[in-house]
Amino acid sequence: MKNDGEARKRPAARATKVRPRASARAKSSVAASDDTAAESEPPKQPEAEGAVIITGICGRMGQLLARKLHRKRSVIGIDRRRFEGKPEDIIHYQIDVRRRKTQDIFRSGNIRAVVHLGVMHNLRESDKTHHSWNVVGFQKLLEFVSTYNVPKLVVLSSAMLYGPSPDNPQFLREDAPLLGAQDFHQIRDLIDVDMLAQSFFWKNPGVETVVLRPCHILGRVRNAASNYLRMERPITVLGFDPMLQVMHERDVVEAIMLALQPGARGIYNLRGPGELPLSRMFKLTGRSPLPVPGPLINTVLGRLWSYKATNFPKEELDHLRYICLVDDSRARKELGFAPKYGIEETLRAVNSEW
Amino acid sequence: MEDRRKIPRTALGLGGLTGPDGESSGATFIKALTDKLVALASHVTKDDLDEQVSKTLPVKTLNEMGLDPFGIDVDTTRLSLAVLVYLHRLWFRTEVHGIENVPEGRMLVVGNHSGQIPLDGVVIALSMLLDSDRPRFPRAMVERFVSTLPFFSIWFPRVGQVLGTPENARRLLEQDEALIVFPEGVKGISKTFRDRYKLAPFGQGFMRLALESNAPIVPVAVIGAEEQYPSIADLKTLAKLLGLPALPVIPQLFFGMLLPLPIKYHVYFGEPLHFTGDPDDEDAVIEEKVWVVQQTIQSMVNRGLKERTGIFW
Repeated sequence: MKNDGEARKRPAARATKVRPRASARAKSSVAASDDTAAESEPPKQPEAEGAVIITGICGRMGQLLARKLHRKRSVIGIDRRRFEGKPEDIIHYQIDVRRRKTQDIFRSGNIRAVVHLGVMHNLRESDKTHHSWNVVGFQKLLEFVSTYNVPKLVVLSSAMLYGPSPDNPQFLREDAPLLGAQDFHQIRDLIDVDMLAQSFFWKNPGVETVVLRPCHILGRVRNAASNYLRMERPITVLGFDPMLQVMHERDVVEAIMLALQPGARGIYNLRGPGELPLSRMFKLTGRSPLPVPGPLINTVLGRLWSYKATNFPKEELDHLRYICLVDDSRARKELGFAPKYGIEETLRAVNSEW
Repeated sequence: MEDRRKIPRTALGLGGLTGPDGESSGATFIKALTDKLVALASHVTKDDLDEQVSKTLPVKTLNEMGLDPFGIDVDTTRLSLAVLVYLHRLWFRTEVHGIENVPEGRMLVVGNHSGQIPLDGVVIALSMLLDSDRPRFPRAMVERFVSTLPFFSIWFPRVGQVLGTPENARRLLEQDEALIVFPEGVKGISKTFRDRYKLAPFGQGFMRLALESNAPIVPVAVIGAEEQYPSIADLKTLAKLLGLPALPVIPQLFFGMLLPLPIKYHVYFGEPLHFTGDPDDEDAVIEEKVWVVQQTIQSMVNRGLKERTGIFW
């Protein structure tokens, strides 16, 4: 109830914020009113007209993106969670995407782009919850994007959906099938989201849809890869030392910024500063891993998981066995993306404070 | 850990194996050991391994971190060479014929596959690396089974072996590398002794790649590998149950002879074959071209068998 109250209070605040921009847009037809000229906000670029909706804005990636984006464009966040230390000019609706309220946000504002980061991946939750949240929620969002003619949609998917496998070619291109669920059925809903975005691409050619598939993202973000590298004594599978690709969370944000540029559309793999063996990564972080024989680790981890003694599902182990590397030449060529963070910085980022 | 460090290494005959700062760690120890073994092997076999490796390892295609994207590790490669070169020079005493036929630039080196374990690939690679005036560091395309095997899954990529998928081959040919391909696959390597030197049917993938990448095919015949581990049967059903590609019955293993028999190897490199045509052509059209390659290699094998005077010398 309290959340609803907060959310209800917000539109008023938003109305005052948004109006000057709306009138600025109408400058050509209606003479600019005095209060627009008196507005002290930093000047927005021409493309910056209208707002960008970020779903899942309270997650690490959402916050990083919002902080980067809000200086250039007006940002509206949708997330059930609280946004700690939210910049003043960001409007945050603390609601579930599936709620009717979401439509009101689309209806009332001049929405120029949607960045979908609000994906749930918590294996302690049921498959049903995942599907309802990820698939149904995203479907709703797609419906609004097409109904309210939002010209840009950016979806943060993942290169992990290709799935680690002994059959994988060294580098997977964007047209490789998403086979990640064959050994890890809990990510099927994430594959569905990627697929929905792909079919949306064809059904709504007027919308510039961008699907980003980054490799393992490292940083303060709480994902399997970063959590793994934060471990004091990480386990590895004895006799396996696959090549891995990692990238800094801020580089991912950079790629989203590029994807928001007008004209960008398509599916893009993203990769950080090159690929390296897992063992080399530990050499750089100074951690000494504990190699465990494969069959043993499977059983033990399965048990630990069922007793809630670990947060690593045994299906993730395949990432420590087999390769799942992507070819990012398309993102480099078409988006002009190039990672800024080197490998040391990227690895350090999992323990960083900022 | 501490205690082990206190043992004076000189007492173990390992003096000089500590790192530059006096403190020895596993990594510097292995590095120093590698250097010593490479020096020893170079001394014994008169091959300058370091020189050949530094001359031939791919350098233009390294990633931002200076690593080979396919996983080559220079020290692992040097260490492996320092061991395998004895096999090549002293155990098999490989005689290389026609190495001058190996061209520059991209190529598919296509050979007959035999011997239960892929030592024929090793010998072809070492011939191209050590016995040529224009040395090459070829990469072999390997069976996917290897990437599921503990330890081999680490070792193979570190020494430049690549999973044999069309995407990988295409990328490497694009980089003008030399690839070793055995189109017979598992059928070839797991032949029983009765079928020795009879080539199993070739796959078509290599030909489509050659046409697509405009890469010449260098036919190679390896004589000797068939006798290194004579197999009397291939237990296909049991292999399937165990998830293995093949399960040969090799009598010498029952007598404790784990090493291959010291056969005299002969490697024949033929003149490069150039093919033109549509890589997406019908199977029948591709099959004809494949047949030409297979016949060329079979006749090279037959000629090699006729020329050899003995199996062990």
